[in-house]
Amino acid sequence: MITKRIVLHFPHRLADQPIVYKLVKDYDLEFNILKAYIAPEKGGLLVLELSGEDKNYEQGIQYLKRIGVKVQALSQDIIRNDRRCSHCSVCVPICPAGAFLVEPLTREVHFDDSKCIACGVCVKACPLRAMEVRF
Amino acid sequence: MAKTIKEINEKIKKGEAVVVTAEEIIDIVEKQGVKKAAQKVDVVTTGTFGPMCSSGAYFNIGHAKPKIKLGGGRAYLNDVPVYAGFAAVDVYIGATALPDDDPRNKVFPGEFRYGGGHAIEDLVAGKDLKLAATAYGTDCYPRKELETLINIKDLNEAVLFNPRNSYQNYNVAVNLSDRVIYTYMGTLKPNLGNANYCSAGQLSPLLNDPCYKSIGIGTRIFLGGGVGYVVWQGTQHNPSVPRKENGTPCAPAGALAVLGDLKQMRPEWLAGTSMQGYGTTLTVGIGIPIPILNEEICQYTAVKDDDIYTQIVDYSEAYPQGKKGSLGEVDYAQLKSGKIVTQGKEVPTGNLSSYPKAVEIANILKEWIKKGDFLLSEPVAYLPGPDTGYTFNPLKERPVQK
Ligand code: SF4
Ligand code: SF4
Repeated sequence: MITKRIVLHFPHRLADQPIVYKLVKDYDLEFNILKAYIAPEKGGLLVLELSGEDKNYEQGIQYLKRIGVKVQALSQDIIRNDRRCSHCSVCVPICPAGAFLVEPLTREVHFDDSKCIACGVCVKACPLRAMEVRF
Repeated sequence: MAKTIKEINEKIKKGEAVVVTAEEIIDIVEKQGVKKAAQKVDVVTTGTFGPMCSSGAYFNIGHAKPKIKLGGGRAYLNDVPVYAGFAAVDVYIGATALPDDDPRNKVFPGEFRYGGGHAIEDLVAGKDLKLAATAYGTDCYPRKELETLINIKDLNEAVLFNPRNSYQNYNVAVNLSDRVIYTYMGTLKPNLGNANYCSAGQLSPLLNDPCYKSIGIGTRIFLGGGVGYVVWQGTQHNPSVPRKENGTPCAPAGALAVLGDLKQMRPEWLAGTSMQGYGTTLTVGIGIPIPILNEEICQYTAVKDDDIYTQIVDYSEAYPQGKKGSLGEVDYAQLKSGKIVTQGKEVPTGNLSSYPKAVEIANILKEWIKKGDFLLSEPVAYLPGPDTGYTFNPLKERPVQK
């Protein structure tokens, strides 16, 4: 038996497919949706807690990858509280994914959450605690 | 032609003063020359928004019925211990104070989610805070316990009083060791993984008046979103460090002690801050106006990032062991470019001090002055300058006879 939290990124073309239903029916997995949204051009994002027999779990994940769903392990989902961020930039060099970028003219710090791999490093390193964990 | 503060204030009152930020003056001096700029511009505004640990606030809670004397007892604000060694109902809360039950660095690195800095932010934000106190009781102050909610609006005096703020220049912190270290300069990745600095550079107050020709005791300033004053040199004021020809020091130098009415301040300019593995602190917004009294002062304010230098210091060994030595000198333009080169390695940089917020502060102060809401004050005394021999000495440890 295995239980994992994963992030599924759907390409646009799969947004209306009964994928989760297949996971349940063909692979005998149980799921719990933690978060879901559809971005018009980018496709969809689904954060799931998925559990089942080890072998079924593996095969289910293989199925997802095969049809073109990007599967990412979720430790957490990270958002920035823009009211709290001072744009200091101390997070910029510590992010392993390069998700923060300083705009050279205004020196404002942009957070590109599509690059964020949810490692959590910035959450405790941001002095104003502007980076938050959300599910 | 020299101007006086009185003359500048007359212009401010009439709404005629020419006020620019320390960023804008750079271009004006470059294009028009210092002579013309000094005639045209009356005030240059500066700003900085960075963590400043030597910050705190004192306040008077008013007398309870029956009365209690907190002095000599213990008192806590939202579980953060406050200093109660004064009279009956005066207390002081410091930015780095932590609740007794905070795990600190027991689970390393500690998170330091809430401390004195956060309690000050909450107070300024108008939130109710829990004050708990115990005392020993006297004939005139019989009560021994107190637990109540307090709110800033009900306090008698609430005063931000920071013994050291607005450091004139600061080190660039790096880590030469092979493990992550957690410092007041932020998280430092091993083997020169990042380089953290902490200054607004060309907008920073004391870098625009490097020899303290206009900023002195009594200077009226923007403090935490309200009006405050410079009340003394900051602790560790060290004007005697090496300087460049433009007067700017190449290492941490001067500092200011500042004070102001907490009730006027805003939480966005006084932010509770958590340094992972290190502790809590307060990020303070400060803006200082510099009256352009003559060409020399004007020239100082035109300083730009390329002309301000600082030292790269190893925080894994040299800094904690108190060893002298710099890994090299860099200027703020290099730091702001996002990477510096040291020990033959390209190292990405991060600033603990927010430049966009410094710009915002300099602009707010500029607007206050232009609207005639904020007059400049004449210092009543000057800070110890570069040629006074005033220095910052290390502790001389001496054995205690047992
Ligand atoms: S460290 Fe925090 S406050 Fe600073 S820029 Fe990053 S998210 Fe914003
Ligand atoms: S969680 Fe990790 S990857 Fe995401 S922004 Fe923070 S440091 Fe970068």
